[in-house]
Amino acid sequence: MDKATAEKLRQKAKRIRTGIIEALGLGKPGHLGGSMSAADMVAVLYYYKMNVDPKNPKKPDRDRFIMSKGHSVLGQYAALADLGYYPWEELSRTKTLGGLLQGHPEISTPGIEANTGSLGQGLSLGVGMCLAARRDGAAWRVFVVTGDAELGEGQIWEAATAAANYKLDNLRVLVDANGISAMGRVADRYNVGDADGIAAKFAAFGWNAKVVDGHDVEEIGDALDAADRVKGKPSAIVGRTVKGKGVSFAENTHAYHNKDMSEETRAKALAEING
Amino acid sequence: MSKSSQRNAYGEELLAICRENNDVVVLDADLCGGTQAIQVEKGKPESFYEMGIGEQNMISVAAGLALAGKIPVANSFAVFVGGRSFEQIRQSVCLPELNVKVVGASCGLSDFADGATHQAFEDVAIMRVLPHMTIFSPADAREARKAIRTAVGRRGPCYIRINRNELPDVTAPDTPLEIGKPSLMADGGDVAICASGHMVALSLAARDILAGQGVRARVLNFATIKPLDPAAVRAALGPCPRILTVEEHSVIGGLGAAVLEALADHPLPLRRHGIRDTYGESAEKYERILAKHGLTAERIAEEALAK
Ligand SMILES: Cc1ncc(C[n+]2csc(CCOP(=O)(O)OP(=O)(O)O)c2C)c(N)n1
Repeated sequence: MDKATAEKLRQKAKRIRTGIIEALGLGKPGHLGGSMSAADMVAVLYYYKMNVDPKNPKKPDRDRFIMSKGHSVLGQYAALADLGYYPWEELSRTKTLGGLLQGHPEISTPGIEANTGSLGQGLSLGVGMCLAARRDGAAWRVFVVTGDAELGEGQIWEAATAAANYKLDNLRVLVDANGISAMGRVADRYNVGDADGIAAKFAAFGWNAKVVDGHDVEEIGDALDAADRVKGKPSAIVGRTVKGKGVSFAENTHAYHNKDMSEETRAKALAEING
Repeated sequence: MSKSSQRNAYGEELLAICRENNDVVVLDADLCGGTQAIQVEKGKPESFYEMGIGEQNMISVAAGLALAGKIPVANSFAVFVGGRSFEQIRQSVCLPELNVKVVGASCGLSDFADGATHQAFEDVAIMRVLPHMTIFSPADAREARKAIRTAVGRRGPCYIRINRNELPDVTAPDTPLEIGKPSLMADGGDVAICASGHMVALSLAARDILAGQGVRARVLNFATIKPLDPAAVRAALGPCPRILTVEEHSVIGGLGAAVLEALADHPLPLRRHGIRDTYGESAEKYERILAKHGLTAERIAEEALAK
C-alpha cells in the first residue's frame, strides 16, 4: 500500500469514528467500544479493498460486508453515510422510532447485506453467500467482521468447518480481537484466546490465518491483499485491537461497551478523534 | 405509584437464595449486567459461572449440573436463551424433566433501543409448547422475587421472563403467587382483563379510565402462564361476560392463547391484545415503542370495550 493511500485511510477512519459519535447521540445507550475498535478495519474494507458502488448498492458483482457483531454497526453506518448510501444526517437519528438506522443492522438499510445482532451467525451467512457466488461463477468476495468474545458461540466453529470443507477462498473473516467482552476482560472471564490463540484455532480448522495490528491500515490492507492470493482456503485476519480505540476514557474497558454519552463525554471524544 | 427495577430485585433475590443454598448455581452468557446475575458474581462468586457468549452450551452445561444434583439458574436475554437454545432446552432439560431454571431478561419490548434482534415476543410461545415447563411472568419487582424463589423451590424446568426497566409496584407482599392460578388485582364484573408482566400495571391504569366511563373492569394477574388450571381461570373471571387478554408478547402462542385454550370448553367472548405477528424496532424510549404497539392504558381501555 502506498503512503498516500494509507494516509487517506487514516483520515477515513477518523471520519468513521466521528460518525460513530454522531450515531451514539446523547442520552441513549449505544455500542461505542466495539464500533471504535473495528473502525480501522471497516475503513480499509470500504475505502481500499471492497468493490462497492454507493450509486448502485445492489450491483451484482459487489463484494459483501457482514458485520457479524451487529452491535458494532455504528462504524459501518458512518462509512455508508460518508460514501453516500444515505445522508450523513441519518446518523443522528440512529435508534429512534421509525429511523432508517436500527440498533442492529437490517437489510432494509442501503448497503447492509445481512441482518445481524444475535452473535455468532454472520460467518455462516458468509459461507452461504460464498457458496452462491461459486455456483454463479462470480468473483465477488465476502468479508465478515466478528468480535473475539463472539467466538464463544459454537456456530462460529461450525461455520469455520464448513468454510474449510468447501475450500471457500472467497471468504475472509476479520476478528476484532480487543480482548474485552460485554462484561470485562476475555482472558479473565471466559477465555476464547488472545489474537495468536484465535489465529491458531482458525489455522487448526484449515484456514489461512494471520495476526495483524488491527489499527494499522497498512498491515490490514497488506493482509487482505495476501488473502487474495491464497487458493483453496478461507482466510482469517485477526486484528489485535483496543476496545474504544480513539476515545481515551473508553479504551480498554467494557464500561463503554453499551453506554450513553453526555455533552461532556461527547465533546471530549470528538476532540480526541479529530485532534 | 412507586417504581422499582424488576431485574435488580431478581438479582438481589437470586443472591439471597444462593447464600441460603449452596446447591443453587448461576450461569450467565456475557450479559450478567443486563440480567443482574452479576449480583451473584459479586456477592457469592463461587456460585457463579461465566459461560461466555455460548447460550446453547450454557443450557446443556446447566443440564449436566442438574443431573449431578445442583439447581442451576441459567441467564441471558430472553431472545437468546429461549430462542438460540430452544432445542437444548427441549432435549437436555425438558424431556428428562431436569431441575434447570432458565431466566429470560430484557423480555418483550423492554430493550427498546437495541431493536428487533433483542426484543423477545416469542419466548412464552416456544417455552409453553414444551412439556414439563413452568412459565413465570412476574408483574413487578416484588413478584420477580417470588417467582425466582418459587421456581427454585419447585422441582423441574422453569422459565422466568424479566423486564429490563423500572416497573410500577403493583403487587403487595401478600399477593399470592400460586402456580396455575391468576391472582385478583382489582374487582369488577363488566369485563375481565387478564394480564401478565408489565401489562398488569397498564391494565390497572386502564381500569381507572374505564371506571370513569362507568365500566367496572376486573384485573387478573397471570404470574404463571403455564400450567394454567382451567377451573381456577374460570373462577377468577367472576361474573364477567367478556375477557380481554393483554401481553407484551405476540398474540400468537402467549398468555392470550393460553387463556383461550384454558377456556376452550366453556368459551366466552375473548379479545387478545398484544404484539400482532410482527418484529420490533429501535426506539429512543420504552413508552414510545409500547405506544406503537398499542400497549398503553388508553388503548387497553378501548380494547376492553371493543366489540
Ligand atoms: C447470541 C447473543 N448473545 C449475547 C448477545 C449480547 N451481546 C452483545 S455484544 C456482546 C459482547 C460482544 O463481545 P465481542 O464479541 O468481543 O465484541 P466487541 O468487544 O468487539 O464489542 C454481547 C454478549 C448478543 N447480541 N447475541
